[in-house]
Amino acid sequence: MSGANDLTALTIAEAREGLAAKSFTAHELTSAYLAAIEKARVLNAYVIETPEKALAMAAESDRRLASGNARPLEGIPLGIKDLFCTEGVRSTACSNILGGFIPPYESTVTSQLWRDGAVMLGKLNCDEFAMGSSNETSAFGPVVNPWRRTGSNVGTNAGTLEGTALVPGGSSGGSAAAVAARLCAGATATDTGGSIRQPAAFTGTVGIKPTYGRCSRWGIVAFASSLDQAGPIARDVRDAAIMLRSMAGNDERDSTAVDTPVPDYEKALSGEVRGLTIGIPKEYRLDGMAPEIEALWQQGIAWLKEAGAKIVDISLPHTKYALPAYYIVAPAEASSNLARYDGVRYGLREQGGDITGMYEKTRARGFGKEVRRRIMIGTYVLSAGYYDAYYVKAQKIRTLIKRDFDLAFAAGVDAVLTPATPSSAFGIGEKGSADPVEMYLNDIFTVTVNMAGLPGIAIPAGLDAKGLPLALQLIGRPFAEETLFRCGDVIERAAGRFTPPAWWTP
Amino acid sequence: MSVDSNTVKRVARLSRIALSDDEVPHLQSELNAMLAFVEQLNEVDVTGIEPMTSVIPMALKKRRDVVTAGGEAGKITANAPASDDHFFLVPKVVE
Repeated sequence: MSGANDLTALTIAEAREGLAAKSFTAHELTSAYLAAIEKARVLNAYVIETPEKALAMAAESDRRLASGNARPLEGIPLGIKDLFCTEGVRSTACSNILGGFIPPYESTVTSQLWRDGAVMLGKLNCDEFAMGSSNETSAFGPVVNPWRRTGSNVGTNAGTLEGTALVPGGSSGGSAAAVAARLCAGATATDTGGSIRQPAAFTGTVGIKPTYGRCSRWGIVAFASSLDQAGPIARDVRDAAIMLRSMAGNDERDSTAVDTPVPDYEKALSGEVRGLTIGIPKEYRLDGMAPEIEALWQQGIAWLKEAGAKIVDISLPHTKYALPAYYIVAPAEASSNLARYDGVRYGLREQGGDITGMYEKTRARGFGKEVRRRIMIGTYVLSAGYYDAYYVKAQKIRTLIKRDFDLAFAAGVDAVLTPATPSSAFGIGEKGSADPVEMYLNDIFTVTVNMAGLPGIAIPAGLDAKGLPLALQLIGRPFAEETLFRCGDVIERAAGRFTPPAWWTP
Repeated sequence: MSVDSNTVKRVARLSRIALSDDEVPHLQSELNAMLAFVEQLNEVDVTGIEPMTSVIPMALKKRRDVVTAGGEAGKITANAPASDDHFFLVPKVVE
């Protein structure tokens, strides 16, 4: 019993070793995760569990392992964000408008994970169409963060309840919660403005958004096509490196997927950062920023310096304009992408008299509040008379944001170190009910990276006074994911790893 | 810039999202909060700056002009809320 449970404590690298050494089978490993998922339904991390599929895939892995033909991720059980289309398995982007959608095709990223031998445990909760920073906009309800504030006993049946259940961040909240709670060995996620890095930061996990074009977007439900990128959320830097190698690569079906070789990212984990120059941008020091965020940042600087990196102060002057520009570009692209949900070809249909009435009622009923709001803002900024004032202006500011980074990199900076989020996880229902902008501010440190198309990684670096994880972010040059893994590994070795106690197990 | 209630209704119509009158005031204030937030972009001088078209400088890829898929009408209509003999059914649009 305890032996089977212990298997979920293994990282992907450790599980790979155990499977190769025949210490346990893929069937045993998958079964341990399926049992853990069953006991953790209170977290609401999975929106659909696929145990039969998982066991069938594990059986194939056991055959491969026995015959000595193991693939790179042979038998590794993964969770898949519900934004990825999975053939024959309901895929909804956590929206009612895609209610019973069963894709007849598989996304490129997930097909590459299965090609490499991984096992699918199920689909993970997320914000509706990935629009959110707390997982509260999901049609399947919020995900509960496995982390609780010190002294909180929320979620248990032990006398007086203290504290509030916390959000896991978003939009990849189910992915981050499932990885932190050991309900999968690793998970796929997507990031349009911070949706991999912010939930990773809120749950003590590692999340990397690769360079735009590194992973194919084919078969991933589109939000904002010039910003969307897939990436992994994992227990540690090595696991994220292992997963990204399988997820990344060129794809004829995505014209923006880039045709450059995918390196063996694990080889980057040398523990060596001597000779690297790390930039510290002064614009990320916000007025009223929590002192513990500043302290964490200073600690990160000290760790990299001790390991031999050169630290330089830099300026990225257009940083403060990234978030407002994002809230023009992203809704504009979303309003265009989501025009396809019309009640004709798939998903929900509401009757409404003539065809326009049918469209309007279908979309009013099928989309949640946040999605409707973003479609409308997007429609407004693209409408006649406003296009130049809003959309073209925002795209020009995007050029300036990217130029800031280009200049820093040209001056010799290899990576930029910043805090990942302005705070630790907050309570469910605590933010954004009166003013949507309050919620949007969560992405203030992450959104610049999407606007410039750069790779960014969130690395857990400590706990705050409330006992909750905090993370640092490293931003790299285009296609320099290896540098991020190398620096992230050094921070991880210094900071250690962070695991929440398993209070949700009955 | 801020929007009035008529503009909210017009944008909802353009977005093909049905809106009841009692939803308008709340949505109006939320849209105005977002527009007020993006107002700060007016501080930035963008004279002579080209708008971003691609974050990664690359020529758009081309593929060979050949048929790569087809004959999948059954799969394509499988998720349709209403279909008949591999056609999507919609409310009458031509009298």
